[in-house]
Amino acid sequence: MKLILTSLRATLVLATITCGAYPLLITVASQAFFNDQANGSLITDKDGTVRGSALLSQNFTAENYFHPRPSAAGSGHDAASSSGSNLGPTSQKLNDAIKERIGAYRATNGLAADAKVPADAVTASGSGLDPHISVKNAELQAPRVAKARKMSVEKVRALIAANTTKPGFGILGDAGVNVLKLNLALDDVERVFQLVPSK
Amino acid sequence: MQINDWLQFALYLGLLTLITKPMGLYLMQVLDTNGRTWLDPVLKPLERITYKLLGVDPQREQGWKPYTFAMLAFSFVGVVFTYAILRLQHLLPWNPQDLPGLSHHLAFNTAVSFTTNTNWQSYGGEATMSYFSQMVGLTFHNFVSAAVGIGIAAALVRGISRTNFQVRSQSTTSDSKPTNSEVRFTATVGNFWADLVRVTYYLLLPICVVFALFLVSQGMIQNFDPYTKAKTLEGAEQVIAQGPMASQVAIKMLGTNGGGFVNANAAHPFENPTPLSNFIQMLSIFSIGSGLTYYLGRMVKNQAHGWAVWAAMMVLFVGGVLVCAHFEAAGNPVHHQLGIAAADGNMEGKEVRFGVFNSSLFATITTAASCGAVNSMHDSFTPIGGLVPLFMIELGEVVIGGVGAGLYGMLVFVILAVFIAGLMVGRTPEYLGKKIQAKEVKLAMLTLLILTLSILGFTAWACVSEWGVAGLNNSGPHGFSEMLYAYSSATGNNGSAFAGLTANTPWYNTTLGLAMLIGRFLMIVPIMAIAGSLAAKQAVPPSAGTFPVNGATFTLLLIGTVLLIGALNFLPALALGPIVEHFL
Repeated sequence: MKLILTSLRATLVLATITCGAYPLLITVASQAFFNDQANGSLITDKDGTVRGSALLSQNFTAENYFHPRPSAAGSGHDAASSSGSNLGPTSQKLNDAIKERIGAYRATNGLAADAKVPADAVTASGSGLDPHISVKNAELQAPRVAKARKMSVEKVRALIAANTTKPGFGILGDAGVNVLKLNLALDDVERVFQLVPSK
Repeated sequence: MQINDWLQFALYLGLLTLITKPMGLYLMQVLDTNGRTWLDPVLKPLERITYKLLGVDPQREQGWKPYTFAMLAFSFVGVVFTYAILRLQHLLPWNPQDLPGLSHHLAFNTAVSFTTNTNWQSYGGEATMSYFSQMVGLTFHNFVSAAVGIGIAAALVRGISRTNFQVRSQSTTSDSKPTNSEVRFTATVGNFWADLVRVTYYLLLPICVVFALFLVSQGMIQNFDPYTKAKTLEGAEQVIAQGPMASQVAIKMLGTNGGGFVNANAAHPFENPTPLSNFIQMLSIFSIGSGLTYYLGRMVKNQAHGWAVWAAMMVLFVGGVLVCAHFEAAGNPVHHQLGIAAADGNMEGKEVRFGVFNSSLFATITTAASCGAVNSMHDSFTPIGGLVPLFMIELGEVVIGGVGAGLYGMLVFVILAVFIAGLMVGRTPEYLGKKIQAKEVKLAMLTLLILTLSILGFTAWACVSEWGVAGLNNSGPHGFSEMLYAYSSATGNNGSAFAGLTANTPWYNTTLGLAMLIGRFLMIVPIMAIAGSLAAKQAVPPSAGTFPVNGATFTLLLIGTVLLIGALNFLPALALGPIVEHFL
């Protein structure tokens, strides 16, 4: 009984420190020094509307936007219900899904019927919120987006390069193109273009 | 593997090697009640007040039984504490999403899961847990279950290193020099409360403060806001989960707990924003466990023995990484036929920023240690790629292993290796001067049999039950693997999953909860009995027949023992799951 009492005291004291003082300290310090990151790296409009997070994917289906990876989070890109597909390597369901996505990807981007498709373009990410696509995937989508926006492919390619995250210190991780940032950049270019009278 | 992958792997191994000694030396101070650290000026007063509030005397050494009873009582109170918080979640503060209380079976499973350092999650964090439940109910155990594990490992090492007869000078009067030397019998293994408090305050908390802030700088969230409603560029609504994530994730990795703040765990861009955060998280999983091998060498005054144990772990680890990375990079031939570029490897369930190699590396680390955090979905790995994490768990998570748990698990294999060596040369085996006798070998075998029985027994039960098969996300051998992985993970106190399995049912929650209790406490009690038994033995000087416990021969023998027992116990089950799936 004495042991239980001591345990109870230990639980309360240690909880006060590790679950009270410690997270409070981290919250105050994060909000002070890394305010943007601590609140979700949110992207906000001029009128204050939150348009998403720079770290999270959102769904894009329009011709004039780059498309993210397939998502198994909720009904797709649900940032309150992250998840992978958890389908195994011999799953027929997964094979069917990949087959369908490959067909759709080739059709949307005007690729040959036997063209090889980048793996990330037709497989669901681990979180369902992967903000990136591979550079190869972005390159294949570039002509479609350029055509839909009546922009030059070179201009689109330059924007891809500007929104590519390189491996950390040159070696850590893989390069990826941030889809939301890239699409925002495309919209920005168009907005600027509309302001300037065409010659 | 590309050149870049080799470079990252070399960098990882190099940094891990570099931090092993400093971590070990720091552990020497932390795990000594009278040890000194540079944090004493800040933390010593807090430590003193804590002992006072607890009403314990940290200087009073305990035998293995009082130490174990204290640990059991503390863990029991911890389970009740978290169970109550989870059940009453809807009445408690910091619940901006108005999430309801948990069902009794999910609350039981989760409370046991976090108390046993398993962090198996039958739920998705962002849809189930309030900020209060995460921050208090779960984070509490992330700290103390890690501290308890380290304490148990220290107790076992003390049992090995202490000699039976210690000459203690005792002065009868304060002014005279020591007048008589008393021969004192010391079969003690430390003080549970001192270990618990000191590890939490001096080791875990300070590292976590720095680590958590680093994670926020990379993009991890740390706030108490309600979930954000965003209007996407195409005009849809996206609800973005928020919360005090960084403070929990830091200890989740450092303490090899592994329980994700959100469902996708470290695959989620908030929970692992950049390749750098990923790299440091991987390093943090192994840091304490690696340092503990150095601590072992220091304590038994045979540093080469510490490194020999470490080397055995590293050989098994590097082998696991290479196999896993090879098969994940090779990808899935069926998908290649459908039209996926073969050079991209298997990307189902993986994130672009980590790629195939960092996903394979993380998967091997998290299961070699008993962490269980994931940055990719193991369920979607290729058959052999997924076999590696499963096999790492089934070896007993002794490849660095969970904080503390890895070392005491490995020492069981060391005792068996020494015993086998003794049989081969026909002498009574001894380990660092302590005779290994029938009692210790029986206890060591008991821990291994319990582990095997729990994994295979529960899996077999689930296979032939309606409730077992009902939870499967995949059919055929992969479905079997999902069940085998679940009970391996629970018994091994890992917490990762072939996550397609729907485990949030009364049957699964209860049986997995039992497997976790078995894997933690039925393992610790025999190990503490070994510690007590060894502590009470007199050390004998080494002779010509003594098998040296350092050097390459010993390392190879240890690797052989670990592999032999792991392979013999689980090969038939693995043949029915991932191995047959590989040939489909």
